[in-house]
Amino acid sequence: MTRRYTARAAVTAECDASGRTRLTRLRSDGPLAVRETAEAVYLIGAAAGPLGGDRLELDLEVGPGARLAIRSVATTLALPGDGESVFTVRARVAEGGHLDFAPEPTVAACGCDHRSVSDITLAEGASLRWREELILGRHREEPGRHTSRIDVTAGGLPLLRHELRLDETYRSRAVIGDARAAGSVVLAGPDLARTAAVEEALAVMPLAGPGVLVSALATDSAALRRRLTHGETLAGRGERSPRPALSGAG
Amino acid sequence: MVNAGLLLLADSRLPAGGHAHSGGLEPAATAEVVRDLAGLADFLRGRLATTGLVTAALAAAACAQALAGGGGWVALDAEADARTPSPAQRQASRAQGRSLLRAAGTAWPHPAFGALRAALPAGPHHPVVLGVATAAAGGSPRDAAGIAALGSVTGPASAAVRLLGLDPLAVHRLLASLSGLVDSVADEASVHAGEQGWALLPAASAPLLDLFAERHLVSELRLFES
Repeated sequence: MTRRYTARAAVTAECDASGRTRLTRLRSDGPLAVRETAEAVYLIGAAAGPLGGDRLELDLEVGPGARLAIRSVATTLALPGDGESVFTVRARVAEGGHLDFAPEPTVAACGCDHRSVSDITLAEGASLRWREELILGRHREEPGRHTSRIDVTAGGLPLLRHELRLDETYRSRAVIGDARAAGSVVLAGPDLARTAAVEEALAVMPLAGPGVLVSALATDSAALRRRLTHGETLAGRGERSPRPALSGAG
Repeated sequence: MVNAGLLLLADSRLPAGGHAHSGGLEPAATAEVVRDLAGLADFLRGRLATTGLVTAALAAAACAQALAGGGGWVALDAEADARTPSPAQRQASRAQGRSLLRAAGTAWPHPAFGALRAALPAGPHHPVVLGVATAAAGGSPRDAAGIAALGSVTGPASAAVRLLGLDPLAVHRLLASLSGLVDSVADEASVHAGEQGWALLPAASAPLLDLFAERHLVSELRLFES
């Protein structure tokens, strides 16, 4: 009983003449459903998975001066199936635009074979918050194969190319050791810390270009989230007063 | 036949300052994460699969570029930057790059060294210089990848002998047992070497090595620079 999905969802946010962000494209496809709320666009898993064999794509487009926040309602559970599953997110952010991508964690289940590919292109003057959290297995299980790669270019230059592979060697005490959760937040734009900070299982690392990588390891997803949130504060992009991400300058 | 120039380039006696860097082993030893030979073996396997793979791929790409007489050194160096999020590691890589540029540029004069100096006055990343040096010494991109991959484990291994007092014979037996892995990492690293699409080069990260590198830089007592 095999079931494979090939799906391509898309969200486009544009800034109108009054400075408000409007969603001019909101396309759900198969298991990848997108819903607009006042605060963010939510990814809603309309089916279990991804399962091995699935090919899911999400295209995000943020126009000049527009703001887009992406969230999800629940964790994503990468499950075994018929070969490798691939989830590709392509994002383009124009000058003055801001993309805040922070879905709930991905859980790499036992036996999964999943690849997550994020390709982010920032124009000069664009800004970014991109959070990825990976939980290694459900309760008391070891995860299957999982690869997540993030490529960010800013103003035509590579800002970050970063891959975490769960393969034969990731349990090494040089890679992630006995952590049960690993995560990162990529921040790009002005007003970020230019000095590094390091705490227990948390590093805040200014990149060579205009950005910071916050990287953390933990024993569970709650501790991972706490560390990453703290790291973002150290990086100069802490929790601000909540504001509707979809509305623009107002 | 093995090219004697390449043996010289891979030799730890090359006056390029490599002995001052432990590749994260010193902070790992300080944190008592690596205490014995088994711990070292585990550490080296992880480093080889991550930093080793990435530096080998960058070295292979630089070697191919030098052999083709190409430029683009700023762009390739930026690819190294993008794969090195830790500022402490970028600093260590550039310091070793400058030292190697001095040593190899003197030993094997080649026009690509001059181009590197002109393009990157603050000092190129170490694997970029290593790739050019391999070309200058008569080697191939695969040779550059092999030297880089091997260097990613021999540096921390010799630091472990000094820091933990491990038996040098046992440590070399460990290195010999890793040589098959070193070769397969070098094979994987040189697949994309001749292509212009440097964006596709491996970017395997090691969160703990990043943490160790950053912690080391703020540590009060240290024997090695990195």
